[in-house]
Amino acid sequence: MSSFWIILIGSLVACSCSIVGCFLVLRKMSMVGDAISHAVLPGIVIAFLLSGSKEPIFMIAGAIIFGLLTVYLISMFSNSGVQADAAIGVVFTALFAIGVVLVSLYTRQVHIDLDHVLYGEIAYAQWDLISVAGIDFIPRSVWLVGAVFLVNILLITTFYKQFKLCAFDPIMAAALGIPVVFFHYLLMTLVSVTTVISFDSVGAILVVGMLIVPAATAYLLTEQLSKMIVISCLIGICCSAGGYYLAFLLDASIAGCMVTIAGLLFTITLFFSPSHGVISKMIRRKQLSRKMASNDATL
Amino acid sequence: MNFLQLIQDPNTQWILAGTLLLGICSGVIGCFAYLRKQSLMGDALAHAALPGICVAFMLTGTKSIIGFLIGALVAGVVATFAIGYITRESRIKQDAALGIILSVFFGIGIVLLTKIQHSSYGNQSGLDKFLFGHAAAMVSDDVKIMALICAFLIFITWLLFKEFKIVSFDPNFAKGLGFPIKLLDQLIMLLLVVAVVVGIQAVGVVLMAAMLITPAVSARYWTNKLHYMIILASAIGGISGIGGTLLSSLGNNLPTGPLIVLSATVIFVFSLLFAPNKGVIAKMRVRYYMKKTTKHSIENSIMTATKPKEGQS
Repeated sequence: MSSFWIILIGSLVACSCSIVGCFLVLRKMSMVGDAISHAVLPGIVIAFLLSGSKEPIFMIAGAIIFGLLTVYLISMFSNSGVQADAAIGVVFTALFAIGVVLVSLYTRQVHIDLDHVLYGEIAYAQWDLISVAGIDFIPRSVWLVGAVFLVNILLITTFYKQFKLCAFDPIMAAALGIPVVFFHYLLMTLVSVTTVISFDSVGAILVVGMLIVPAATAYLLTEQLSKMIVISCLIGICCSAGGYYLAFLLDASIAGCMVTIAGLLFTITLFFSPSHGVISKMIRRKQLSRKMASNDATL
Repeated sequence: MNFLQLIQDPNTQWILAGTLLLGICSGVIGCFAYLRKQSLMGDALAHAALPGICVAFMLTGTKSIIGFLIGALVAGVVATFAIGYITRESRIKQDAALGIILSVFFGIGIVLLTKIQHSSYGNQSGLDKFLFGHAAAMVSDDVKIMALICAFLIFITWLLFKEFKIVSFDPNFAKGLGFPIKLLDQLIMLLLVVAVVVGIQAVGVVLMAAMLITPAVSARYWTNKLHYMIILASAIGGISGIGGTLLSSLGNNLPTGPLIVLSATVIFVFSLLFAPNKGVIAKMRVRYYMKKTTKHSIENSIMTATKPKEGQS
């Protein structure tokens, strides 16, 4: 049963991340996702210190505030003449450093150690049970991660057209009267919430692997946004299950193994994807040149 | 321990020397990374160094800086090539390629790290200190090697200053002049990896990016000349290295790496606000002055236009 819960939590985390990750990859904002995943740490710690409880609602509030602050600061600096990627680097390292200092200052009160920050504690999640509506055998993380997964799906499907247009052609979206800035910040809010909820299971830093790698893999396999989201979710589930068994085999961190599997799947896709793979492109080029040569010969 | 005693302690002196060197090194090469719009490359390379360090430890069984240097160097070079390959050969953009390499290498690093921790490698304690840095663990030998590497890095930069400059500002022009830009590209990447390796021990892989980016960005606020920018960035890096170390040894149980990064960030915010010409306050002053003068001149012209001319009534 324990492996079932771990894989389920991992899959739900991977799916929630993939859904928002697809938009990050399409909008060329992968590194902003990375920045947010680092920068929510001080938000979590401050929320914890202020409220004194580990209630998810405070954590989420803290993470949203710091996630949006990150995005706002990055855009402010890059508007004032700092290069965009340098702005990302300055902002997230500063916020993450504040988070690490806070964690070490209040180690006793916070109950977060730095290992937890790095790779989460998915293996312990199953013993933290909670009773919701009389059902008392489901771990707390499953409720939490499941709720975020549902919220992500609900928001993305409701505003699918708007998100899609903002991702591919923000100028046209603005011309059509879609509030582009609002949807930008809504997406960033979703990224922050997903990050903080995934924090327990994969840690703040490996979250970025789950955000970007399955989405980028799916990007190499399809031309359609809806298919891309579904494929990236499937890849996420494979990563979760595969990562769990790899971790079992190697006696190593589950989150690390999940990302390693994701990297493996990405490498395979990079070479063997039927439409965009390196090798299939090479074969197609060869066929084309042979065809050209035979055409020349017949002429 | 009071401040004077702290300064006179030989251990602290070595640590201060180490963090000073790290700041100088990363400041110098960070400028080129910034100008070449590759700031986040440093972040990816720092994360990618982790599996290299773990493999080096697994092979040698010791925590020698030379082993780590070679491991991180190999991992960094592999990461650079992988990022280049992905962006060149597929339709994935550079930011996603960076994110993929960064997270996958870091994931592999975490797997190896936990593997080392769970198995019976002796002497493994403290390997996880590489994640957030552990300046206090630096000994005189480490610092001597760091000094050598740092001198090498600065020497190469000094030697190839003109080449690096032209490649950073106008690669196409450099190509036209017949410079081997691919080679120079690789060399700058290599120096970036070297700077990352020097910094990892004190700042850690997670925050190393800040040491490459923040001093360079701060220096850019004060000057438009590359050589001043490099000198300034290395000074800022060195000052934040020393500042962070002193802060962490004065306070109790505070990690050095994040404090070094925060010192650099404080200098960045100072530059952002107070730099002449580019700073926020200077810009505000210019805007205010412009507003005032335009208002004044408009008022003047209205006055002259509406004033009845004498002798024409």
